[in-house]
Amino acid sequence: MNTPLIEFEDVHKSFGGEEVLRGVHLCIYGGQITTIIGKSGTGKSVLLKHIIGLLTPDSGRILFEGRPLGSMDAAGRKRMKSRCSYMFQGTALFDAMTVYDNIALPLKERGRLKPADIRQRVQEKLAQLDIAGIESEYPSQLSGGMKKRVAMARALITEPEIVLFDEPTTGLDPIRKQAAHQMIVEYQSRFGFTAVMVSHEIPDVFFISQRIAMLDEGRIIFEGGCPEIQAATHPAVRAFIAAGREAEDNCRET
Amino acid sequence: MRYSKDPIKGADMEKTSIAGNGVAALGRAAIDLSRELGRIGLFFVQGAGYLLIRPWQFDKLLEQIYFIGFKSIFIICLTSAFTGMVLGLQGYYTLVKFGSEGMLGAAVALTLIREMGPVLTAIMVVARAGSAMAAEIGIMRISEQIDALETMDIRPVRFLFTPRLAAAVISFPLLTALFDVIGILGGYVTGSLLLGIHPGTYFARVESSVVMHDITGGFIKSFCFAVLITTICCYQGYWTHTRKEGFGAKGVSLATTSAVVMSCVVVLVADYALTSFLL
Repeated sequence: MNTPLIEFEDVHKSFGGEEVLRGVHLCIYGGQITTIIGKSGTGKSVLLKHIIGLLTPDSGRILFEGRPLGSMDAAGRKRMKSRCSYMFQGTALFDAMTVYDNIALPLKERGRLKPADIRQRVQEKLAQLDIAGIESEYPSQLSGGMKKRVAMARALITEPEIVLFDEPTTGLDPIRKQAAHQMIVEYQSRFGFTAVMVSHEIPDVFFISQRIAMLDEGRIIFEGGCPEIQAATHPAVRAFIAAGREAEDNCRET
Repeated sequence: MRYSKDPIKGADMEKTSIAGNGVAALGRAAIDLSRELGRIGLFFVQGAGYLLIRPWQFDKLLEQIYFIGFKSIFIICLTSAFTGMVLGLQGYYTLVKFGSEGMLGAAVALTLIREMGPVLTAIMVVARAGSAMAAEIGIMRISEQIDALETMDIRPVRFLFTPRLAAAVISFPLLTALFDVIGILGGYVTGSLLLGIHPGTYFARVESSVVMHDITGGFIKSFCFAVLITTICCYQGYWTHTRKEGFGAKGVSLATTSAVVMSCVVVLVADYALTSFLL
């Protein structure tokens, strides 16, 4: 296999004496969708925030294209950030701005496009995510599902090379959830971006991800493709997948 | 801690230990204070530095001038009118004892231009705009909006603090000038219209007593207050999440309270320091 695009080497992170990451080793390869699964509160979002530089490890290294993030200079870090985008679990939309301004902000701040081009690109993104017509609304006027889609539009508006999704479809209805997954797959095949996604949507994520990693008690206990995870023998992995399937079956029955 | 078996020696050691703890606590407080002042200073330097780096943020600057400056006009007019009126009233009854009521115009104008104009304008803007700055930035911090800016490669200090700093530096002197003018007119209302001092005498004394040095001194003060207030209020909001006393909404409320209290205290302390230099 190729050299990993992003690599975690024995990463440890604690908050107030509580160790959340306890020596994470993880490889993320370019042009693939890698999904990180695991129980709530095991540090999946913490892991994702280390990639974009919102958190720094207490010990261990994170390599980006083979270069440690910690030793990158300001210009290198800026170059790396300009290639990435992040979709927050809680959406993190700017509540004092309209939906249009929220989505257009990354483009406006880069200053490379004319206002008419920015408007066109925002309109396209809104249409793709089935939220056209809400440009002048404020985030507080939207439902949870709509906020998620606005956050996704903002994350994808710059057509980034690497997109980090933190639970992108939690709270969406099944149709929109499927549409969002479909869009991630389409984008990935069209632009070839690298996606790192934190998700609980089992087994849906198995169909869209090329790689799955499971985080448990601060360590990666499984890393591999979809067929491998379904054949995994690790008790925690099996229990997690079984619970996910059971929950989906129960929903179908009711 | 071990104490000597000798009770007298043990008591001495205990006293020494209490004194030592007191000194250590004082030292810790001094270190914490210097560290905090250093952080505030660096925050200001970073924000002010972005003023020199393109692209300029004209739209955000105008938005903040509208918020800090234009929207404060009504409250400044109201408070300055009553400040001038009360100065006219108090000044008249003090001066009339010495038969110097004709000097009322000079007394009101100099008090306003040198001291009360810059100080009260600053305090009113702290109450109206400074608290809003701290609360808005604090809420952005706890709802990950500032993190979102960082992930978009937008520098949060440049985006949030720099336009507010520039807008405050432009707005404060103008609001102070407005405060001075309305205050002098307020003094005229009580001094001349209610208590009978001739308007010509009142305004002639204003004109003859006020020199350019008084006006520039007032503007220097308002400029310094603008920098201090904006830095303190934005800093408190920006670092809301690091407060040990409270998190979330409580953290924002504490940050806002600290911003207002600290700004008001700093304005009064800085006013004394600046006055002693400017006189």
